[in-house]
Amino acid sequence: MTAATKRLWIVCAALAIAAGAAAAHAAPTDDLKQFREFFKNKFPTVKFDDYADGLYALPGMDDYRAQWEALNEFPPYELGLAEGKKEWQTPFKNGKTYAGCFKNGGKNTAQHYPYWSDAGNEVRTVEMDLIDCLKKNGEERAFTTADLDKDAKARVQLANLTAAFYQLSQGQRVSIDLSKPGALQAYEEGKKFWWQRRGQLNFACANCHMDLAGRNLGGNQPLSAALGHPIAWPAFRTVWGQLETIHQRYATCNSQVRAKPAKHGSKIYNHLQLYETYLSTGLPLTAPTVRN
Amino acid sequence: MIDTQRRTLLKGVLGAVVIAVTGGIGFLKRALAAEWPKDAFAAKTVEDALKGLYGTAQTSASGSIKIKAPLQAENGAVVPISVTTTLPSVQSMAILVDKNPTPLIAQVNLIGSDSFFSARIKMGATSDVYCVVKSGGKLYSAKQNVKVTVGGCGG
Amino acid sequence: MARQTRIRTKVQDGITEILVLVSHPMETGQRIDPATKEKIPAHWIQKITFSVNGKEVAVADMGVGVSKDPLLGVKVKGAKPGDKVRVTWSDNNGESGEAETTISATPA
Repeated sequence: MTAATKRLWIVCAALAIAAGAAAAHAAPTDDLKQFREFFKNKFPTVKFDDYADGLYALPGMDDYRAQWEALNEFPPYELGLAEGKKEWQTPFKNGKTYAGCFKNGGKNTAQHYPYWSDAGNEVRTVEMDLIDCLKKNGEERAFTTADLDKDAKARVQLANLTAAFYQLSQGQRVSIDLSKPGALQAYEEGKKFWWQRRGQLNFACANCHMDLAGRNLGGNQPLSAALGHPIAWPAFRTVWGQLETIHQRYATCNSQVRAKPAKHGSKIYNHLQLYETYLSTGLPLTAPTVRN
Repeated sequence: MIDTQRRTLLKGVLGAVVIAVTGGIGFLKRALAAEWPKDAFAAKTVEDALKGLYGTAQTSASGSIKIKAPLQAENGAVVPISVTTTLPSVQSMAILVDKNPTPLIAQVNLIGSDSFFSARIKMGATSDVYCVVKSGGKLYSAKQNVKVTVGGCGG
Repeated sequence: MARQTRIRTKVQDGITEILVLVSHPMETGQRIDPATKEKIPAHWIQKITFSVNGKEVAVADMGVGVSKDPLLGVKVKGAKPGDKVRVTWSDNNGESGEAETTISATPA
């Protein structure tokens, strides 16, 4: 076991995680209230809207924040985003465009994603709707056929396009509809995943991104707060050098605690995304962003 | 045969004639690339890099050179740096990273621009970042330490 | 396909900052390709030239120490909205690129 891993075990053992205390079927509105209170108490100086800046809003991040602001003067994701915008704007062979598949031409709609579809009896993400749009119009792309867990090039193409879509709703505040029974059930599954310990390192999402938020866990990289997570995605991580989807982040995160990741586009990641996004209700969409 | 003739012409520094013989822009591009200070960029020490650029590694420390760099790089692959100076008659500004395998990162020749230069640079390890300024024919320098660590969960 | 070369300009207190972002791998020549186990050959931008209204204002020589998708910035006094900014670059493989923009009236 490396020194870093040993440190992780010690920290983990020393924590009193309130995981068990999370009521199994509290109403989402109660979860939301508890979640916001948790962070308000943990970081009393951080304002609600500041969480849209991710890690850089947390105390003690001045040095990293300055670097982030320097990168934001001309964000490296502009290259991938330009490709995504080009794809979004290019008409299909039948003359139609992506915009035609979406309410309001795709503008100011991303804040309602993911959403429960009664028709499809499933949670749907932006990525799914983009792929569906292509299929409805008889079009194929690398990312409509590739295994997105293995084909990074195809997945990044999808991330670039998804980023272009989210940018059309930049500034819109997250608002997720959980009124349908199917939505609620999916939410509960996502919630269960969030609080469940996994992997060799035996961490739950909640451990790192709630209790340990703002703290270094070995190395030089502090952990982000979960409040504000999904509004930044697709995001550009410097370590990847490209825009990536939120499911890719879930997969790599799960791998980092030595748990077998779920597949890109899997139901469980859709449900986790639904749960996480609901918990960021009210925060403005910032995607695409630079994240580390 | 033809190569010998080319070499003779090149020795004669007859720029226009050489271009006509070898067929234009391709050669011109290669000629420009030849101006790129190869030895300075291949140098394994700051001293050798400076000798490659300026013929000497002698610089005077100057408080008039400001380096904007992080205390600790969030990611050593992309470290945003900017350098400015109030020294007069600035001809060029160079950035070097002491502990990089080849310390010279970049040099900008200021023809009509301000005494400012920014770049995103790679740093392999904790190191001093140098800025060397050529002002009025003399060399001045400043340095700042930037910590680089690797690993960790993060995000 | 041409590599993306993008320019941003920002005017503040009579000084124009010119930032250029190029889609380029900036390979050091030390990285090992996980598939082939071979070193990926060095491939980097060597020179970037900045011009305003057809006049060169700065020429940067670069090495592999500049980050992937390189960003370089210079500042120019006296440039005004409507002025044309041109950036050209060339790399060690003989590839080159360029971009042009007009300094806008509204500060960035």
